[in-house]
Parts: sequence; structure tokens; C-alpha cells
Amino acid sequence: MPPEPTPILDLHQVSLVYAKPSGEPLPVLANIDLSLRSGEILGLLGRSGAGKSTLLRIAAGLIKPTAGDVLYRGLPLHGPAAGIAVVFQTFALYPWLTVQRNVELGLDALDLPPAERGRRALSAIDLIGLDGFQSAYPRELSGGMRQRVGFARAIVSDPVLLLMDEPFSALDVLTAETLRTDLLDLWVERRLPTEAVLLVTHNIEEAVLMCDRVLVLGSHPGHIAAEIRIALAHPRNRLAANFRALVAEIYATLTSRMSESLAAVSAAPAEETHGLPRATINRLNGFVEALATAAYQGQCELPEIARALALKIDELLPLVAALQLLGFAELKGTQVRLTAAGRVFAGSTTEERKRLFREHLLRFVPLAAHVVQVLEERPDHRAPRERFELELQDHLHREDAQRTLSTLIDWGRYAEILAYDARKRAFSPFT
Amino acid sequence: MHGAHTTYQNLLALRAGPYRRLPGWRDLAALALVVGVVILIAGGVRQTIEPVAHAQAAPISLSPEALPLYTLRTVLRMLAALAASLLFTLTYATLAAKSRRAERVLIPLLDVLQSVPVLGYVSFTAVFFVSLFPGNTLGAELAAIFAIFTSQAWNMAFSFYQSLRMVPGDLDEACRSVRSSPWQRFWRLEVPFAMPGLVWNSMMSMSGGWFFVVAAEAISVGDVQIALPGVGSYVARAIEERNLACVGWAIVAMSVAIVLYDQLLFRPLVAWSEKFRFEQTAAQVAPRSWVLNLFQQAAVFQSINRVAAAALQRVGDARLAPQARRPLVRHPPSPRLLDAVWMLAVAAAIGFVGWASLRYARDTLSWSDVSQAAGSGLLTLLRVLVLVALASVIWVPIGVMVGLRPRLTAAVQPIAQFLAAFPANLLFPLAVFAIVTFHLAPAVWLSPLMILGTQWYILFNVIAGASAFPSDLREAAATFRLRSLHWWGQVILPGIFPYFITGAITASGGAWNASVVSEVVNWGSTTLNGGGLGAYITQMTRAGDYPRIALGVAVMAVYVVAMNRLLWRPLYAVAERRTRLE
Repeated sequence: MPPEPTPILDLHQVSLVYAKPSGEPLPVLANIDLSLRSGEILGLLGRSGAGKSTLLRIAAGLIKPTAGDVLYRGLPLHGPAAGIAVVFQTFALYPWLTVQRNVELGLDALDLPPAERGRRALSAIDLIGLDGFQSAYPRELSGGMRQRVGFARAIVSDPVLLLMDEPFSALDVLTAETLRTDLLDLWVERRLPTEAVLLVTHNIEEAVLMCDRVLVLGSHPGHIAAEIRIALAHPRNRLAANFRALVAEIYATLTSRMSESLAAVSAAPAEETHGLPRATINRLNGFVEALATAAYQGQCELPEIARALALKIDELLPLVAALQLLGFAELKGTQVRLTAAGRVFAGSTTEERKRLFREHLLRFVPLAAHVVQVLEERPDHRAPRERFELELQDHLHREDAQRTLSTLIDWGRYAEILAYDARKRAFSPFT
Repeated sequence: MHGAHTTYQNLLALRAGPYRRLPGWRDLAALALVVGVVILIAGGVRQTIEPVAHAQAAPISLSPEALPLYTLRTVLRMLAALAASLLFTLTYATLAAKSRRAERVLIPLLDVLQSVPVLGYVSFTAVFFVSLFPGNTLGAELAAIFAIFTSQAWNMAFSFYQSLRMVPGDLDEACRSVRSSPWQRFWRLEVPFAMPGLVWNSMMSMSGGWFFVVAAEAISVGDVQIALPGVGSYVARAIEERNLACVGWAIVAMSVAIVLYDQLLFRPLVAWSEKFRFEQTAAQVAPRSWVLNLFQQAAVFQSINRVAAAALQRVGDARLAPQARRPLVRHPPSPRLLDAVWMLAVAAAIGFVGWASLRYARDTLSWSDVSQAAGSGLLTLLRVLVLVALASVIWVPIGVMVGLRPRLTAAVQPIAQFLAAFPANLLFPLAVFAIVTFHLAPAVWLSPLMILGTQWYILFNVIAGASAFPSDLREAAATFRLRSLHWWGQVILPGIFPYFITGAITASGGAWNASVVSEVVNWGSTTLNGGGLGAYITQMTRAGDYPRIALGVAVMAVYVVAMNRLLWRPLYAVAERRTRLE
């Protein structure tokens, strides 16, 4: 057996720990092992907050990990290196530079003569389908064209490794699809100098469409939860049975992880380990109503309803988690189904809905009951937000604690169990 | 910075070849402009370097024919101060933004410097600079330029510092991931990002600067008499001679200078800096400038622009640094020990300065001096509060009415900005003449002079707020047919509140400064004294009593800082919080 060639990128036991406000360590990424080989597109898939973008920034040398080794072509990586280029979700274009000057930025570090800079920039612009736009300013371009500039800037320096941070998620569906296909064509036809690509995404179909291998990241702290090989030949057909099977498999991986974490919440109610999902009352109502329609009769496959309601995975999973937590729905594999209470909820008037929601909120969400109890016990029946924030931060990231509290305020107001004064940042009982 | 003018027109001109287009009227006009400005600057500079003997031999002439040249000298001082402020901004603010240790000292220092009344310490600096260059007017020139510099540099540095701190995260990462050197990063990312704020701030500071240049040209500290050729000295002479006609001429000359400055320098700059705005959507009303259009479209200048742009681009492209290797964490945790040593050194320096000044004060000042100055301060404080309130009552309703009518806004806004820039101290003689003629009480009637120049900030900020008020909210209010009282109280006043606060802060700060020149005024040999801290400082300056000048300035700084912390900052925080939707 011939020896394996050195991977383009190699992460060994990479961990990242931030400090909490109290000074305690807060793990963000734990013991990540990852290897990216030549000729491969590797997808990093996970829910928001799982640390996928952070992991990409570690690979780019933009963030230094707390522990572990990052090897680029076998050598340790210290900061941004020649041969690695990044494409950003927000495009990160300089509004005061023309398209061509933006692309030339990618050559900044090479110290080339001006003529050579211009020549290489124009050839990248040409390759990426931006010919004719070189003297335009980014603000004159549509989102899709802007991201093409982002790609051109990344490939102009002939990078070996291309890191892409959700490059299509700020684009509309049609534009994103065009850009994906164009990029895949360049890749498959070997017209890019790039040897390997790392793609961060939260779009499951995108991962299956583009990647050779997908790593599913779990959260708290971010870790690699599953690895899925995608051995389909390009061009891939989204409607093919094997494509759909892979999408379903990834959905199942993600939702099983969600069920586990929800089980953990119910098992340890005092700890509230993962906080409350970001699911507003409006969305919950709308989702339950949609599920209760004749089309679904109270149950549906997740990929199907995600598509029908145009929900991103980051929007859908919190909704399902919230309904499951509140006892209005349950998840079987990748199928979501309304419970008896959920069906009653869907068929009720606003007042009845509120009453039912209040009952379930107090019964199934210990945090809500806890806040109500604290308010009752206090002599002035008021409690500052900080009190609960600090309590939650014993177990949660700061952002997760914030998110949990805003969800709680939204739900609590709807259920008429509490009031909140945003100016004074204080809770009080509902009057 | 980069290919600034590679516009579409430029590309067309490039293809056709410059010789294909005959020079048009634009080229002639633009050429005339440049040649004229160069000649004027050269003339002004030559005079400045003249020995002081000559300058004294030719005292300020009251002939109106001398006025254009005086105005030119004043304008050049402004330009020199602007250049100095820009240099200061680019270095000081950059240092503060890049070094955590420097930041801890530089930013609080800037905050205090901003609150010290400029006119209070002009006397010190004048004596200092004059002693630096004996036998030459250069020292006095530098003193005047320094006075203007201090009125704008702090503001500009703050704006630049804040921009540096707010560089968008994705642009920062993009810059680091392509491994730009710090030099490339500065010219490619940081300066362009800060440009719109910097230009706007320079323009605003500049309009304050006219006031100070007029006040700083003719200074007498004890027995040191300085009268630099300029509009300020011209007016001072006219006051001595009780010549109202000459005051009128000076007002005309200054108006022309301000309009020209605006049209030739700042309009083009503002219009040009629009391209650096970070918002990716195009502004609804992009600022325009005929001068900028002229320069961008005249063929002669297109080729000059191209060469200049290419040269600047080379400068920005140069790496000037070894490749940055380690990840640039924003603020790398630095060794505790070094931090401690640094803070200790700073504390020692502060302690020494404090000890030295206390010792100096103990020898020369008594507690009665302090209470006298503090008491005068209360009178000035009362004036400032009453006047800002009065000006608000007058200008807020007018500003709202104007701001809600776009065509009226277009007509009024430039006038308001012009009035804010116009040095109100040129108008003082008119008011003083009236007070003397009608035998009015100076303590009351001198007060409005303080706010004469700065009330316009309230007006144009309110106009800006009202015209930025979302039209859907206005339409919603209209469909509910709100009663007029409700409309004012619930809709428009909360809507313009942050803008109003911004204007009121500027107006009150300006009023404190103006008190130094407006609480004691002369008309010929008649002196009117309205009392107050400004009058205290002025009297001590005339007497050359340095310890008490310092005391007065310090007391005023304390008042200004206290007012900012206790009144304006909380109000601003409320305004910001209440008008945010998220």
C-alpha cells in the first residue's frame, strides 16, 4: 500500500476556550480532529452556535486555538498563510474599491509589479464570470455578483486551500443555485488552481450537492458528531433517490442529536443545560397551524415541511425543539407529529391557546416556573434581568443565556405569567 | 489612496486619448482656480515670514482695500491649522486605537482637552510661541494657528479613533486573511473607512474655527500686544476706532471667505468622501459639488488625477513591513507586570504634575480666588442653561417645520450651516453699539452674544432630524389625525430628540467658549462687563495674571466636564435607547 500523501489541512485535538465574564473557562470547540485531503470538498454542517465558522477561522489562521495543532501541508500554521484564501458570508468587499481593486487585494502580500497585479486580477475576474464589471463599485452590483467578486479575490492568489464560510447563505435561492453550479463546474473541470475546499454551511442540500464528505458538528462545546461520505458523481441530481436518502440521513443525525439534548434538559431540569430555543410565539403558532392543515394532518417529514415553508434548518429545528419541549409535538426519526395537546392548541381560539400555553409552559419549562416563583417570593415582586442572566451563565454561553431569556420573555408575555421592563431590565408579575 | 478616479468617464477619455478632446471651459476654469489658489498661498506665506519689525511698522489699516489681503491671511491660517489637525489626527488616534496602553492615557486626555475652553489658554500659548521666535511674526502666527488647531484637532481625533474601533469585522478578517501589512491595512481599510466621518467632522470643526481665528489674531496678554494682519485684527482695530462701517466690511469679507471655503474645499471633499460610505445601498440624496465635477471631468485634470491616483495607489500598495506572521488578535493579553509598570509611570507623571501645580497654586492663589472663580462660573452656567433653553424653544419648532418640507430644507440648511460657521464675534460690535446707545443692562443684554453663533447648531441638527424622520411614521400619524399637542409630544419631538441633543451639546459647548469673549466687550474706550467666568478669564488675561488665568480655565473645564457628564451624556443615552427599534 502506498503511503498516504500529506493532507492539505490537518487539525489534531483542536480546542478553543473563551473566558466567561466571571473568568471561568467556556469551551467553544473541543478536541476536533479533522483532515482535508487533496481533491476534496469537505463540508462542515451544524446548527448555529456549533462553532463551524470559528473552526473555519482557526483553519484560516485568523484565530489561534487554545490547544491542539493546526498543520497546513504538514507544517504548523501561524496566522494567515500564503496558499489559504477565505470567502466570507457577508462578501467582505471594500465599498470604496472597484471590483478590480477588490480582487487585487488578494495579491497584496505578493508584492507584484502593478502590471502583473492587473493581469492576474483580470484573469480571475474573467474566470469567475465578472468580465465587464471590473470598473464597477460593489454597491452597484447585485448580491450574486458581489459574492463572485469575493470568489475572484479568493482565487486570484492561486490558493491551495479555499475556505468558504456560508458563501451562499446571504443570497436568494435562485442566485445561490447559479453560483453553486458555476463554482462546481470550475471545480469538476479542474479549472481552479485550488486543491481542497472547506465549506461551512447550515444548508443540508447544499452540503450534499457540493461536498465529498460532510462533518456534522454538535454543540456545547462544538465537536464532530458524525461523518458522512457522499460518493455521488457530479453533476448531482437533487431529486435522485440516493441524493434524498443522504439528505434524510443528515437530517436524522441532526434531529437525533436534538432529541438527545432535549432528553438531557428534561432529565436535569434544574440545570437547563441548553437553554430555550429561539422560537417566537408567532412562528410557533404558524408552524402548529401549518402542521394541522389537511395537507399534513398533524404529521410531516422534516425535509418536506422545511421545503414547503421555506424554513432554513436553523429556523426549523428550534421550532421543533420548542414544540417538543412544550409537549405540543414529538419527533420520531425525521418525522414531526402533533401531540393530542398540540391538536387541541391548533383548534383553539386565542384565549384558549394562551391558557393551554400557560399550563404547558409552567409544567414543562422549569425556568418559567422558577422565575414566577422568584417574583412571588420577593417582597417587591420585581427581579432584575441580571439575576437570571448570571444564574443561566453558570451553564450556558453568554449568547445562549441572552437568547434563553428573550425566548422566555416572549413566551411569558404571551402566556401572561410575567411582565418585563426593557428600560429597567427587570421582571415583574403579569398584572 | 487608490484608483480614486477610474470612473467610467475616465476610461472613455483614456480610450479616446487626451488630445482628442479640446480643452473646454471646464479646463480653463479649473486651471484658473488652481493657479489662483497657488498664487494666493505663495503671497500669503511670503508675508508671514517677514520680520516682525516690518509687521509692526505697518499697523492694521482700516482701509477696505486692505481687507481682501487680510482675509486671505486669515484663510491661510485656517488651512495651516487644518493640515496640522489632520496630521495630529492620523498619528494620535492611530496610536490610541492600536496600543492598549497608549489608549488608556490618550483617550481620557483627549476627553479633557475637548472640555477646556480654547480661548482661555490662548494667552499662554501666544506668549510661549512668541518667545520661541523672537524678532519674527512666525511665533504669533503659530500661536493663532495653534488656537484654531485646538478647536478642531480633538474632535477630529475622536472621530478617527472611533472609526478605527468600528472597522467592520468581516473587512478586518478579509484584510488579515490576504496578509496585508499594517501600512497597506491603514491606507486600504482604516483611512477609507474613517473618511466620511473625518471629512464631516473637519467641516464642523472648521466652522467653529472661524470664531477662534478671529479671536486669536488680536491678543493682548499683560504688556504683550499681538495684532496679526487678518480679519480679526481688522475688527479689533475698528472697535478701537468705533468705526461701524469697517465692522460691516469685515462681515462682508468673512462671509465671502466662508462661502468660498465651503464651495472650494468642503463641498468637493464631502461629495468625494461619499464613495467611502460603508452602507452598500446608495444614499438617497448624494451630496454633489460643482468643483468636484469640474475636476473629475476636465480632461487636463483627468490625466493629472490619473497620475496622482496611480502614485497614491503605489504608496498604499507598498508593504513597508515584513510579512505579518502571527494571528493579529485585536488586543493580545499583555504581561501583567508591564501593564503595572506602565500604569505606575502614568500615575507618577500625573502625581508630579498635580503636586507641581498645587505647589504653584498654594504660593499664588488663595481660597477666596477659588470661590470667586467658582461663583462667576455659576453665573455663566446659568446663562448657558437659560440660553440653550431659549434657543431650543425658538429653533426646535422652526427646525421641525423646515425639516418636514424638503424644498424648504434644501434652501434653509446651507444658510443655517453658513450661520453656524460665521464667527459671531464679528457681530458683537453691532450688539455692543446697540447696548451702549440704548443704555441697556450689560449683565442681561450681553448674555445672548454667547449663543449668537452656536444656536444654529440646534437649528440645523433639528432640521436634519426632521427631514430624516421616517415618512411612514409621519403618514401613520396623519391617518390617525392626531391632535397637534399629541403630534408634537408623541411623534415628532421623540423622533428628533437624538438630533436635538447633538445640536444642544454643541451649542452649549460653544457658548462656554464664547463666554470668554462675550462677557466683557469694548466699544472704543467704553468697556461693558457682564460678569461671569468668561469675564473673569478675560480680565485676568488683560492684566497678565497667569495664575488666575489658569484658575479660571481650570474652573471652566470642571464646569464643562460636569455638565457633559451629569446632563448631556445621560440625556444622550436616553435619546439613543428610546429611538432604537431593536
